[in-house]
Amino acid sequence: MSMEEVFHPMQEPMILAAAISIVVGAVVIVAGLTYFKKWGYFYKNWLSTVDHKKIGIMYIATALLMLMRGGIDALLMRAQTAVPDNGLLDAQHYNEIFTTHGLLMILFMAMPFVIGLMNIVIPLQIGARDVAFPRLNAVSFWLFAAGCGLLNLSFIIGGSPDAGWTAYFPLAGTEFSPTVGNNYYSLALQLSGIGTLMTGVNFIATIIKMRAPGMTLMKMPMFTWSILITNIIIVFAFPVLTVALALMMLDRQFGTQFFAMQNGGMDMLWANLFWVWGHPEVYIVILPAFGIFSEIIATFARKNLYGYKSMVMSMVVISLLSFLVWAHHFYTMGHGVMVNSVFSITTMAIAVPTGVKIFNWLLTMRHGKIQFTTPMLYALGFIPIFTIGGVTGVMLAMASADYQYHNTMFLVAHFHYVLIPGTVFGVLAGYHYWWPKMFGFRLNEKLGKAAFWFIAVCFNVTFFPLFILGLDGYARRMYTYSESTGYGPLNMLSFIGGIGLAVGFALIVYNIYYSWKHMPRNEKADVWDGRTLEWATHSPVPEYNFAVVPTVTRLDEYWFAKKEGRDITAGKIEKIHMPNNTGTPFWMSGFFFLAAFFAVFNLWVPAIISMIGVFGFMIHRSFEKDHGRYISVEEVMATEKSLRGDK
Amino acid sequence: MKKKLSLMFVAFSALAILAGCEPLTVFDPKGPNAKTLSDTIILSIITMAFILLVVYVLLAFMLTKYRASKASADYEPPHEEGSHLLEIIWTVIPIIIVAFLAVVTVRTTSTVETTPEGYDNKEPLVIYASSSNWKWHFSYPEQGVETVNYVNIPTDRPIEFKLYSFGPITSFWIPQLAGQKYAMSDMLTTIHLAADEVGSFMGRNSNFNGRGFAEMEFEAQSMTQADFDDWVSKVKANEKPLTEEKFDELLKAEHVGRSSYSSTHLEFRPAPMEHSEHMKMGGMDHSDMDMSEKEMDHSKMDHGNHSDSEKNSEETHSH
Repeated sequence: MSMEEVFHPMQEPMILAAAISIVVGAVVIVAGLTYFKKWGYFYKNWLSTVDHKKIGIMYIATALLMLMRGGIDALLMRAQTAVPDNGLLDAQHYNEIFTTHGLLMILFMAMPFVIGLMNIVIPLQIGARDVAFPRLNAVSFWLFAAGCGLLNLSFIIGGSPDAGWTAYFPLAGTEFSPTVGNNYYSLALQLSGIGTLMTGVNFIATIIKMRAPGMTLMKMPMFTWSILITNIIIVFAFPVLTVALALMMLDRQFGTQFFAMQNGGMDMLWANLFWVWGHPEVYIVILPAFGIFSEIIATFARKNLYGYKSMVMSMVVISLLSFLVWAHHFYTMGHGVMVNSVFSITTMAIAVPTGVKIFNWLLTMRHGKIQFTTPMLYALGFIPIFTIGGVTGVMLAMASADYQYHNTMFLVAHFHYVLIPGTVFGVLAGYHYWWPKMFGFRLNEKLGKAAFWFIAVCFNVTFFPLFILGLDGYARRMYTYSESTGYGPLNMLSFIGGIGLAVGFALIVYNIYYSWKHMPRNEKADVWDGRTLEWATHSPVPEYNFAVVPTVTRLDEYWFAKKEGRDITAGKIEKIHMPNNTGTPFWMSGFFFLAAFFAVFNLWVPAIISMIGVFGFMIHRSFEKDHGRYISVEEVMATEKSLRGDK
Repeated sequence: MKKKLSLMFVAFSALAILAGCEPLTVFDPKGPNAKTLSDTIILSIITMAFILLVVYVLLAFMLTKYRASKASADYEPPHEEGSHLLEIIWTVIPIIIVAFLAVVTVRTTSTVETTPEGYDNKEPLVIYASSSNWKWHFSYPEQGVETVNYVNIPTDRPIEFKLYSFGPITSFWIPQLAGQKYAMSDMLTTIHLAADEVGSFMGRNSNFNGRGFAEMEFEAQSMTQADFDDWVSKVKANEKPLTEEKFDELLKAEHVGRSSYSSTHLEFRPAPMEHSEHMKMGGMDHSDMDMSEKEMDHSKMDHGNHSDSEKNSEETHSH
C-alpha cells in the first residue's frame, strides 16, 4: 500500500478538518500536561490506576467522547438525507459514516458507559473494596481503549470500514472491500472485545464472591442483579464474536475461505455468528439500563421495588431467550416457514418478561411520593418511549410482516426507539444519579432537566418520521434518494429533530463545566436519600470504599437502617488490604495497539515484534511478586475524620 | 410530560395523514401476498396500540396521583412486596396476546411462502432474478428471454421469482406485490407473488451492498397475458441473444440502463442450488449425495428442462 493510499481519506476536506482537530487536541493535552507539570500526577493517578472508581470514570469519559463522535456521524447522515439528491457526502463517505456510527455507538459508547457505571457502582453496592481482579480490570479498560483508538484512527489513516456495522460477507471480504477499513474492523473489535470478555469474568467473580456479609443473592440491589446477568451474557456471547472476528481476519488477510462465495465458504455463516453474538449484545446494553431504572424509580418514588422476585426472574428469562432469537435478524434469508415461525415465537416471548418489568415499575410508583429529579425524568421518559420500541419490536418479530420492514427505516426507527430510551436514557440517568458519588458535587438540575426535555422531545421528532418512511418503502443505508419518492419532507423533519438532539447532548456536556465551576461542594454522602449501600459511604468515595464493611440482613438494608437510626458503617476499623497501582496494563495494551495497527496494514514483522512486547509483559507479570499493600488503621481513621469533618 | 408526549402523538399522526395523501407503499398492495402482509401489519398495529394505551393510562395515572407535590410533607410511602394476582395477570394477558400473534404469524408466513390463493390452479411463471454489482438480471427460462433492470409479468398468473446473486447479498423487494427476500451467491431462494391488476411498481434491492446501492432500483410492470405474450415475441424477434462474452461484460459493469435479450444466461451460467438441496447435501448419506450431484449435472447440461428439474426438487422436498 502506497503512502498516497494510506492517507487518501485526508483528501476529503471534512476528514482533513477532523484529522487536524484530533492532532491539535492531542497537542493541547500534551502541552498542557507538560506546562502544568502534571505528567507524574496523570500517570500515577490515572494511567497506572487499578481503582475501580477511576477506571469507571475513564470508561465514562471515553463513552462521552465517542457519543460526540458518533453523534457527529449521525448528524452528517441526517443532513445528507434531509433533502433529495443532496451532494453533501458522496456514497463512499456516507457508507463509512453509517458504519462507524453503528460501531461507535454500540461498542464504544453504550458498552463503555455501561461498563463504566458498573465499575463505579457495583463494588460500592455490594460493600466490596474493589473488584475481584483489579489489575485485570485495568487490562480490560486499556484493551478497550486500544481498540477504540484503533477504530478512530481508521478515519484518518487508510479509511474507515464501510460495509455496515454488521459487515456482512461477501461484501466485507477483500473482493468487494479491498481497502484496509475492514481490517480495522476485525482488529479493533477484537482488542476491545477481549477487554470486555475479561470484564465479564471479573464482575461475575466480584458479585459472586465479594458481597458484604449477609447479602445473599436475593438481597442484592436490582442494579447488581442486572449486572450479574449482563456479565453472564457477556461471557457466553463474546467468545462467539472473538471467533467470528478471527475468521474474518483469516479470510481477509490470510486467504482462507470461511465466508467466501466459492470453495465451500458460506456467506451466511458470518451473519449467523455475528448475530449469535449480536443479539445477546443488545441485552448486554439494555439489562444494565433496566437495573439503573429500577434503582432510580425506587429511590425517587421513595418506595421499595415492586415485585422484586419477578423482576429478577424476568431478567433471567430475558437472558436465556436472548440466545434463542438471533435468526430474526434475517428472516428474509429464505429458511422455511418452520424455522421462521420458531424464531418469531421466541422473539415475541421476550415481550412477556419485558412487560412484567414495565408493569412492576409502574406499580412501584403507586402509593409513592414521586420527585421529578433529572435521573427520575430519564426513568419516566423511558417508559412511554421505550414501550413504542417494544411494541414495534413485536411487530418486527412477526416473520411474515418483517418481509416488509426488513432493511427499511422502520427497522432503524425501532432499534433507536429501543436503544435511546433504553440504553442512552439509562446510562444518562445513572450518570446524573451517581455523579455526586463520584465527585462530591451534583450536576446542575436546571441544565440537566433542560437537556432531558430537549433530548426526549427531539428524539421523537427525529425518529418517529422514520417509521412512516419505512412503511413507505424507504430502504435504510441509502446515501440519497430522488425527489419523486416523496421522502423529502419527513427526512427534513427528522434532520431538524437531530439538531435538537445535538443541542440536548451539548447541554449535558456544558453541564459538566457549569457544575464543576458553580455547584456547591461537600454534598452529604446520601444526596438523594438512597436505599442501597453505595450511599452509606462518603462522597467522593475514599480509595478503600468502606472503612468498615457493613453487614446486611435484608434488601435495602441501608434504607431501613436510616429509618431505625442505625449506623451500618459503625464498627472497629482494621487495617485494609489494597492492590498496588501498576503501569503494566497500560503499556501492555500499548503494545497490543501497535501489533494490531501494524497487522491492519499486513506489516507482519513489526506486528510480531509488538506481540513479543505483549508476551514480555505477561511473562514479567507471572514472575512478579506483588501482594498489595495495607492501609494502616491510623491512615484510615485520618481519612475518615477529614471526610466526616467536611460535612 | 405526559401531555407533551400525547400532543406530540397527535402532531405526528396528523403529519402521517398529510404525508399519506396517497397511502404508504406497504399499505397499498396490488397482489394477494402483499395484501396479506398489509392486513397482518394493520392487525398488529391495532393490537399494539391497545397495549400502548394501557401503559400510557397507567403511567399518566401514577404520575398525576402520586407526585410528591400532591402528598403531604409527612406522608411516608408504605412498603409493598408485590402482588401475585397482579403479576399473574400481567404475565398471562401478554402471553395470550403473543400466542394470538404467533398463530397469525405462522399462518401468514406459510401463506406468503406458497403460491397465492386464487392462483393455485395455474402453472406459475418462473423468473430467475439475479443481482450483480448494482443491477438486476431477469431470466425467463420458459420464454427464453432475459432483461436487465426491468421485469414484466403477466397478471392472472402466479409468479415465482428465483433469486441469487453474483456477489454480495442483496434483497429483492417489490413492496406492492410481496415482501422481500435475500439473493445470495451460493443458494437459490424463492418469492411467490401475483399481480391483481395492471400497473408499474417500484422494485429495489433493500440490502446494502456497497457504493451504488442507493440507485439499485428496477421497474416491475404487470400487464395482461396478451400484452405480455406480445412483449415476449417482440423481444424474441428484435433483440440479440445473450452471449457469454456479453454477459460477462454486463456482470462487470457497475450501473447499466435497461436492456433485453432473446436468450438467457442460465444456459451457460446455471443458477445455484435450492436451499432444500443444500439441506440434503448437509444431512447426506452417500447415495443421496450422488443423486443430487447427478441432478446438478443434469441441470447444467440440459437447460431446456430446467423448470422440470426445479419441480422435481420441490416434489422431493415435499415428502
